[in-house]
Amino acid sequence: MSIAERQASPAATTPAPAETLLEIRGLSVDYGLGDQPVHAVDDVDLTIHRGEVIGLAGESGSGKSTLAYAVTRLLRDPGVITAGEVRFYQWPKGSFQQPADGPTGAPGTVRPRTIDLLSPDPRVIHAVRWSQIAVVFQSALHALNPVLRIGTLIDDVLKAHEASMSGRRRRARAIELLDLVGISQDRLSSYPHELSGGMRQRVMIALALALRPSLLIMDEPTTALDVVIQREILEELMELRQRLGFSVLFITHDLSLLIEIADTIAVMYAGRLVEKAPAKALFRAPRHPYTYGLTRSFPSLHGERQVMSGIEGSPPDLRDVPAGCPFHPRCGFALDRCRSEEPPLLTITDESGPREVQCWRHDGTGPVPLELGATPPRADPDVARPVSRDTAGRAGRPEIQRRDPS
Amino acid sequence: MSAGNERSGPEPTAVLEAVDISKHFRVRAGRFRRGTVHAAENISLALRPGTVTAVVGESGSGKSTLTRMLARTHKLTSGRLYFKGEEIDPRAAATKDYRSAVQLVLQDPFASLNPAHTVRYILSRPLQIHHKAGDDLQESVLGLLRRVALEPAEQFIDKYPHELSGGQRQRVSIARALAVEPEVLIADEPVSMLDVSIRLGVLNLLADLRDRDQLAIVYVTHDIASARYLADTIMVMYAGKVVEVGPADLIANAPQHPYTKLLLSAAPDPETATKTWLGDSGAPPSLVSPPSGCRFHPRCPFAMAVCSQQAPPSFDVAADHHVACWLHSPEQVEAQSGALG
Ligand SMILES: Nc1ncnc2c1ncn2[C@@H]1O[C@H](COP(=O)(O)OP(=O)(O)OP(=O)(O)O)[C@@H](O)[C@H]1O
Ligand SMILES: Nc1ncnc2c1ncn2[C@@H]1O[C@H](COP(=O)(O)OP(=O)(O)OP(=O)(O)O)[C@@H](O)[C@H]1O
Ligand SMILES: [Mg+2]
Ligand SMILES: [Mg+2]
Repeated sequence: MSIAERQASPAATTPAPAETLLEIRGLSVDYGLGDQPVHAVDDVDLTIHRGEVIGLAGESGSGKSTLAYAVTRLLRDPGVITAGEVRFYQWPKGSFQQPADGPTGAPGTVRPRTIDLLSPDPRVIHAVRWSQIAVVFQSALHALNPVLRIGTLIDDVLKAHEASMSGRRRRARAIELLDLVGISQDRLSSYPHELSGGMRQRVMIALALALRPSLLIMDEPTTALDVVIQREILEELMELRQRLGFSVLFITHDLSLLIEIADTIAVMYAGRLVEKAPAKALFRAPRHPYTYGLTRSFPSLHGERQVMSGIEGSPPDLRDVPAGCPFHPRCGFALDRCRSEEPPLLTITDESGPREVQCWRHDGTGPVPLELGATPPRADPDVARPVSRDTAGRAGRPEIQRRDPS
Repeated sequence: MSAGNERSGPEPTAVLEAVDISKHFRVRAGRFRRGTVHAAENISLALRPGTVTAVVGESGSGKSTLTRMLARTHKLTSGRLYFKGEEIDPRAAATKDYRSAVQLVLQDPFASLNPAHTVRYILSRPLQIHHKAGDDLQESVLGLLRRVALEPAEQFIDKYPHELSGGQRQRVSIARALAVEPEVLIADEPVSMLDVSIRLGVLNLLADLRDRDQLAIVYVTHDIASARYLADTIMVMYAGKVVEVGPADLIANAPQHPYTKLLLSAAPDPETATKTWLGDSGAPPSLVSPPSGCRFHPRCPFAMAVCSQQAPPSFDVAADHHVACWLHSPEQVEAQSGALG
């Protein structure tokens, strides 16, 4: 019996809901022990489903990267996980189908294996990292070993994880992987510095996908790139996801990107997860005052030009987070209660379905301020078909027509 | 652009005017060959007090090269610069007056401040060098901090850069540029490293400096939405050339050059109901051997025969709206309206 299977004793864990891939419960991470640790992640709950693209937004220092490091057990000193559970559900490869093709498997016939990612046995996480959960990190532009050719980089990963693969098959797989991300095979012998930033980023994605993971964690993968290249990489990623059916946890502080690619968006503030909702509902009808402030911080491309104020104040010192709701000193909607009592993560339901928000204004005891009570768009079937180009409703929006290749 | 080419004298209302300036870099291209990078070619612009000119374009399009020519840290390969109507001798080094009048703020707030010095030292130095300190150095430094809304200023004056957030560091870099009372402030991607919520604060600060202090500002970015928010004029660069220039609103809402359209359709836009997909839009060109004719033609969905043969001059589509694209040549425009009518 493998270690992973021992971890998965059915009595210890509740059975996974049909489509769960990763389940984070009550996760807390501190930097530094002693009397003044930085509470970088504080009691976060988050579930990622199979095939889902989930965006994690929040300003610099809110704990997004720390969350990703903790889940993959890559936290470096002085980071320590102080509480929580993280479970990964390993589904048999090939058992996932796009929702468009009908429900996944037959409920009850395909069962995942439960793996405790916080297990003290390092072999558990080693068995999962890269092959099941692959990570593309924030500093990816400089993350490729500069003295190795691209082909060698890929070959090393395959050699390390798939010992049975022959040299010829590894090379074929390397070509296939580069092709997947739109890089021609004559680049196998290039060094990283000979590639543009966008190409290096694609190589990172190819490496992450080398072992067919079911979850790809991307930490600010495109912020250093210009919009056209950024857009191309995102398109490629979304297209690959459709084809290969993995889930993506996409971390960025740029909410406007997430609205286009994510199914669900979670927002962090001061180490807490303060809101989670379907992408469009979150942007059009935010419930948390911080999210509301974020959505009002982007200059728009359309309409009247108007002065925007953004969010007043600055984020708290994580060694000394204010009592009550950590956002209350910057919040225009704060009640007395917000200054003393931290709100729980409430589940509320509206036109977009169930969603979560950590704010006393939504506990049902008082009226919800107009700004925090907008009607969200209905869950719309359009999202599944990203290629449609609606021009009718978009006055002034430029269109690039593609030349017909024929 | 074309307007600049035909005029011989400087524009009276501009503090700083560039006419037809170019920058070429000599580089090794391969093991034995030498090549020339055509980083910026034939750029003209006029900077007036109390206005913001945004320069947008993809990575490598020559935006930083342009800012360095304007600040005169790069020598011009060709072209002319006028400072307050006076032509500048291109061979002479920038004078102290020029360097204090035209200030450059660099992209990276993490790298551009010396980590070994406090804010007080960082801001005192330029005040002393350019004799702008006044009677009370401490008061002058506090005044600068207040101008960039780092308040209470007393709390920031003795901090080191690592004790400041990205947005606060960027404000210190701007304060340092303001120390010498410049007339032109050139900000090279001042917000691309910053968070959305902090970003807006820096943009609003620049808007304030324009309106209150009547600075002429150059704002370099690849975020066209923020360019529209802040700028009066947007100049779009592609592969070292200006492809379109005009009023910010027109560029954002009625772009004429196919590259501007590509840039706009790539910009994340939460307002649109559906996602726009670029498909494969091709790669940026080499600047050592740029494509013949229009540099955008290999990627352009509308390319015609002439586009690969001859570089388009700048055509006027409105009074201050110019576009370097053959689609806007009088012949094309006539042919199109003929076809419609
Ligand atoms: N090694 C460390 N020691 C002490 N504090 C740390 C350490 N690493 C991170 N922190 C702190 O933990 C908090 C969360 O950091 P984290 O990197 O997770 O933020 P983030 O949301 O990813 O931010 P960004 O958008 O800037 O990447 C920050 O306040 C940061 O200062
Ligand atoms: N000192 C130099 N020597 C040789 N080539 C250079 C030099 N400086 C810039 N270049 C080249 O000139 C071109 C324009 O560079 P520039 O830095 O102006 O672009 P940019 O528009 O500012 O790009 P980014 O958005 O990435 O900052 C690039 O191809 C660059 O490689
Ligand atoms: Mg991070
Ligand atoms: Mg630059």
